[in-house]
Amino acid sequence: MPEIRSPGDGANREPPRVGVYVCHCGTNIAGTVDVKAVTEYAAKLPGVVVSRDYKYMCSDPGQALIQQDISEHNVNRVVVASCSPLLHEPTFRRVLSRAGINSFFLQMVNIREHVSWVHLDKQAATEKTKDLVRAAVRRVSLHKPLQKRRVPINPNVLVVGGGIAGIHAALTLADAGKQVYLVEREPTIGGHMAKFDKTFPTLDCAACILTPKMTSVGSHPHITLWTYSEIVKVEGYVGNYKVQVKRKPRYIHEDLCIGCQECITACVYKEGKTPDQFNLGLSKRKPVYLPFPQAVPQKVVIDPETCIQFKSGKCKKTCVEACGERQAIDFTQTEKFEEIEVGTIILATGFKTFDASRHPYYGYGRYPNVYTSLEVERLINAAGPTGGEVVLRDGTRPKSVGIIHCVGSRDANTNRWCSKVCCMYSLKLAHLIKERTGAEVYNFYIDMRTPGKGYEEFYDRLLDEGVHFVRGRVAEVSDWAVHPSEEGKLVIRAEDTLAAFVRRIPVDMVVLSVGLEPQADVQEVRRLFNISCSTEGWFLERHPKLAPVSTFTEGVYIAGACQGPKDIPDSVAQAGAAAAEALALIDAQFVELEPYTAFISEEECSGCKSCIPLCPYQAISFVEDKKKAAINEVLCKGCGTCVAACPSGSIQQNFFEDDEIFEEIEGVLAYA
Amino acid sequence: MRNRELTRPEKSQATFEPRIVAFFCNWCTYLAADLAGTSRMKYSPNVRVIRVMCSGRVDPQFVLDAFAHGADGVFIGGCHPGDCHYQEGNYKTLRRFHLLKRVLQQMGIEDERCRLEWISAAEADRVRSTINDMVEKVRALGPLDLIPTEDKVSAEEVAV
Repeated sequence: MPEIRSPGDGANREPPRVGVYVCHCGTNIAGTVDVKAVTEYAAKLPGVVVSRDYKYMCSDPGQALIQQDISEHNVNRVVVASCSPLLHEPTFRRVLSRAGINSFFLQMVNIREHVSWVHLDKQAATEKTKDLVRAAVRRVSLHKPLQKRRVPINPNVLVVGGGIAGIHAALTLADAGKQVYLVEREPTIGGHMAKFDKTFPTLDCAACILTPKMTSVGSHPHITLWTYSEIVKVEGYVGNYKVQVKRKPRYIHEDLCIGCQECITACVYKEGKTPDQFNLGLSKRKPVYLPFPQAVPQKVVIDPETCIQFKSGKCKKTCVEACGERQAIDFTQTEKFEEIEVGTIILATGFKTFDASRHPYYGYGRYPNVYTSLEVERLINAAGPTGGEVVLRDGTRPKSVGIIHCVGSRDANTNRWCSKVCCMYSLKLAHLIKERTGAEVYNFYIDMRTPGKGYEEFYDRLLDEGVHFVRGRVAEVSDWAVHPSEEGKLVIRAEDTLAAFVRRIPVDMVVLSVGLEPQADVQEVRRLFNISCSTEGWFLERHPKLAPVSTFTEGVYIAGACQGPKDIPDSVAQAGAAAAEALALIDAQFVELEPYTAFISEEECSGCKSCIPLCPYQAISFVEDKKKAAINEVLCKGCGTCVAACPSGSIQQNFFEDDEIFEEIEGVLAYA
Repeated sequence: MRNRELTRPEKSQATFEPRIVAFFCNWCTYLAADLAGTSRMKYSPNVRVIRVMCSGRVDPQFVLDAFAHGADGVFIGGCHPGDCHYQEGNYKTLRRFHLLKRVLQQMGIEDERCRLEWISAAEADRVRSTINDMVEKVRALGPLDLIPTEDKVSAEEVAV
């Protein structure tokens, strides 16, 4: 057993008296690990004064057990063998604090996630547990008292993404009096929801419930709204982030433009020639445009790709003339960079829809009357390209419409996940199409998934309305007629798995219910904010159940569909949760950081400077007069890379000192 | 360099169970191993995981110390290039790893006994498959015969 070596502190020179606590976690651990055997084994290890097992160590009686031993048996080092330290290390550290000893005299042993849940052989699992416990007992004896660092929190919040989730989070925080920066990539906020006509299952008008929130954002005294802008750099740490925002040139002075749109009318282009992105290319816009009538901010944008002034420099500039004295148009505008300081960040960057042309057998892009669901949302929208008329490309009304579910969802060839919203929006579209056109509507589905308040009732209503439902995955959409009734139509061929035969259903219009996918640049975004993604590309939450809006980077939260497919109610709920998490942090006024920083033992440092270029945070400097390196504890983030590289072993990392890790290595390998 | 008493046991091929020490980064591979647990994936019980904040903390001496004390294999898990929680710690790990491999080679330690893998927090299945693969490869190699027991003097030299 090593003696305690603690240069400089003197506070813990008493011999180690280790308490070992082995958790059953009900049967989660005890079902695979012989906890009694481990407890008995641990009791005999050098330095151990008490060794106990308990059904649920994290419960109040379990915690009381440890606390009692600390006071009655003078236990001064604690080993808890239970779940992952990421789950309960804070819990047990608090127990040590309450009992009056330094909370870092604890070592957790992960025997649930790393042992009992991943092994079947009880004997091998028990042996592994003993090895890990032995290593922890040896390691904990070397632990030194440490203090968490407190840093103040900047009360400002950055919200990235101006869809419904970002809007809701920004408003919640701003109403609580916090300064919010809302940054949106597009020229307007509103996101996907702004494109919808109605929302399921209540059929309330999307614009009617969204636009009031959008205008509140635009006029809120505590919200700084930057549209047409992107985050390019994030530095710092929880409570103290420095963010650089790129503001793309609109070629319009936002403070001078009043949104009168006279420039659009006056543009030398009499008709729009560029596919309108907001209408998914179903209409054309001019080089100067407002994305949609209710856009916030009500500021036009000039697209330099199509504007004649940018292309040739020889335009009559009728728009400038129309703008007149306001002089809001500025062709010389360039991109600007703004620096902001915030304490917390909420990411609400949303999703993109599945590219339907990846399913060539459904004919999207080949047959003009095959639409995606989002395109049909625009057709149905009263402010859309057809003024709310559901019409085919030739302007006639469809008499029959087939809606194909799960396009780019639940498919081993594309995306395996269920996109969650498609069943419901397909039902909504079926209802609206039938209402507007009186067409026969066919839904082709794998399973009908309608969990949610009022959702199943909505499905029942559709059944009553006479919408047809065919259970089976569609094989193909083609214009190949084998019967006179199929001439000039799109034929949907699908196996009807309830009736057990293959159907051919001729329709005028096909709607592909495309699934939800992570944004295309999700990897760049997550690197920017130092968070993780699932293998599919959805942002990874800290815990799927208990920390659904937190990430592994403190102070960075996620909300809405960037975390996974979600409908509007769920997105709003998550946005509220993320705002609450940010508020909790801000109102605490400070945050405690782990003390895992590195420090240099001056007498041992040879001044070789090997460590200096290794630090990505420039935390190490060279003190010329002493010829030694010095670490700035405020800048050090505690990775330990310099520690591993120091040739003289003069750099140490708190809680991960060389001796502690050597003890752990030799501990797991020491045969009993 | 550090002098430590060796506890390296004798091992026979017949009952050989490889012992592998793993150093997992707190932000990626350690989380992936946690996820493997919550997903109830099953893998060989031969690995003992030691948590570090970054794979960049893994001093080559840790690896040598593990081999000297009876490990048959060492597995280092870090974040994918470009994904380091501390910006570039994993690049430093990679640099050191290449040098370390040459040292190990000169010591006669087979290539498969020391492995560096980039495993993100979401790649639980890669934790499972890498561990299983490594255990099988090391099992096939047999116990690491680093220190002939009759030759104590050279044993101490090898043990750094």
